[in-house]
Amino acid sequence: MLKIDNLQANVAAADVNRPILKGLSLTINPGEIHAIMGPNGAGKSTLGYTLGGRPGYEVTGGSVDFMGQDLLDLEPHERAAAGLFLGFQYPVEIPGVSFVQFLREAANAQRKGRGEEPLSGGEFLKLAREKAGLLRMDMDMLKRPVNVGFSGGEKKRAEMVQMGILDPKLAILDETDSGLDIDALRICGEGINAIMRAPDKAVLLITHYQRLLDYVKPDFVHVLAAGRIVKTGGPDLALRLEEEGYEAVVQETAA
Amino acid sequence: MSEVAALPTRKHEDFRYSDIDALAGVWPIAREDIVVADGGDESLQIVEDGAAAVARHLVISLGKGAKFDLRVLSAGPVYGRIAVDVRLAEGADFTLGAAQLATGSETLEVVTEVTHAGLNATSSQIVRTALAGHSVGTYLGRIAVERGADGTDAEQSVRAMLLDRTATANARPELEIYADDVKAAHGCAVGELDANGLFYLMSRGLTPPEAKRLMLQAFIAEAFTGAPGEAELSEAAIARLEKLVGAGL
Ligand SMILES: Nc1ncnc2c1ncn2[C@@H]1O[C@H](COP(=O)(O)OP(=O)(O)O)[C@@H](O)[C@H]1O
Ligand SMILES: [Mg+2]
Repeated sequence: MLKIDNLQANVAAADVNRPILKGLSLTINPGEIHAIMGPNGAGKSTLGYTLGGRPGYEVTGGSVDFMGQDLLDLEPHERAAAGLFLGFQYPVEIPGVSFVQFLREAANAQRKGRGEEPLSGGEFLKLAREKAGLLRMDMDMLKRPVNVGFSGGEKKRAEMVQMGILDPKLAILDETDSGLDIDALRICGEGINAIMRAPDKAVLLITHYQRLLDYVKPDFVHVLAAGRIVKTGGPDLALRLEEEGYEAVVQETAA
Repeated sequence: MSEVAALPTRKHEDFRYSDIDALAGVWPIAREDIVVADGGDESLQIVEDGAAAVARHLVISLGKGAKFDLRVLSAGPVYGRIAVDVRLAEGADFTLGAAQLATGSETLEVVTEVTHAGLNATSSQIVRTALAGHSVGTYLGRIAVERGADGTDAEQSVRAMLLDRTATANARPELEIYADDVKAAHGCAVGELDANGLFYLMSRGLTPPEAKRLMLQAFIAEAFTGAPGEAELSEAAIARLEKLVGAGL
């Protein structure tokens, strides 16, 4: 489904332009759930943004194949239409634009990109209500401006509602668990399973904590450090990281 | 003499104002008088969406406790100037909501002079300008609070969004206050669409023009909030915004 080969990327911001991803390789097959863990500043969000096509994240080497297409050749909206969803670590507030209006336009833009009929207002609302219910989010919140005045946890839940509505093939979820209380964590975890656990779908979970992985059981756990995947294992690797810390595990690899 | 009461803005200070030549076809500007009697409540909606040059000069007199709601959508003219002089008696209320949407080498202006002549009158001006290409959008707004017009509340909120670095926005609110207990909130800002917001919208599948149009729609919405013809104004504005975001760059 996703094949990242030796990906190198720079982040360009305010006259700095430095390499962050330094030869990252990762293959995700349909039906799999992968977790990426790693210290702050390792490049986890950079990986998500680079795959999403965010301006300022410049690919300097390597390739990414997404379901037979050259992902890096596509504009951000084309990546979405192709079935990629990026759950933001810091969802953006957009004053004046309501969630329902934006999501209906987004869903229909994606459908149009795939040559499908647009959803009517009624069909869209039904879908939105169902997915909001799945995440225990009040529909009234979706009538409010995008993320404005939402708590950290509400923003993350709203990300999952969006994922449910847009129904992607591959979801890259950047620290969806941070900012969630215990109940919200369980609700989001169950939401991810309900929306994304399918033989033709896959998830890349970026997380710092083992606790989300109690709900969303990963098939593979990777450690990202200094712009590369330095270790890959099963679910037990996450437990070890939690006990021993990144440093010990990363050093053992280097040795 | 009153036909030419509102002169076109010229090169002045650091502003690039419109050329008097652009007005050749619409000169002289006929003055349009509007009088709202004591306690009256009226509204006017101006939509300029043709390409021809337009210049209008409204002179509005509001009696005691009278209300007037003026909405302006300037979206199309190669040169468009709306000048509004308003005089408010005691307890009168004036609302202006204006959106100027320009591209190419269009030049649009809103020029207001709001005079609070009686006690406790209120005025609110909301002007939103979105500019693409080499267009120029200007707001000049003078508020005069006369001696004795205590308790005045005069608000100006003026914001411009540049879709291309080649566009120019001018804004100059002016205040002249000779009374006590006056509230005169005013804010002016010129900016560009938030790149993070645009990427967020596009990451969900909106094309770049769709994402920009949606954000601009939100940006100008406040100018039409509560207008009697809000839906119609929004629809006309959206049609124009689609041209602006397609025409940009
Ligand atoms: N937009 C940006 N501007 C400047 N530096 C950035 C930007 N994005 C990422 N970086 C830098 O890139 C490195 C990796 O960041 P990030 O990918 O956010 O790490 P992680 O998500 O693993 O904590 C950090 O050193 C960070 O400071
Ligand atoms: Mg991060």
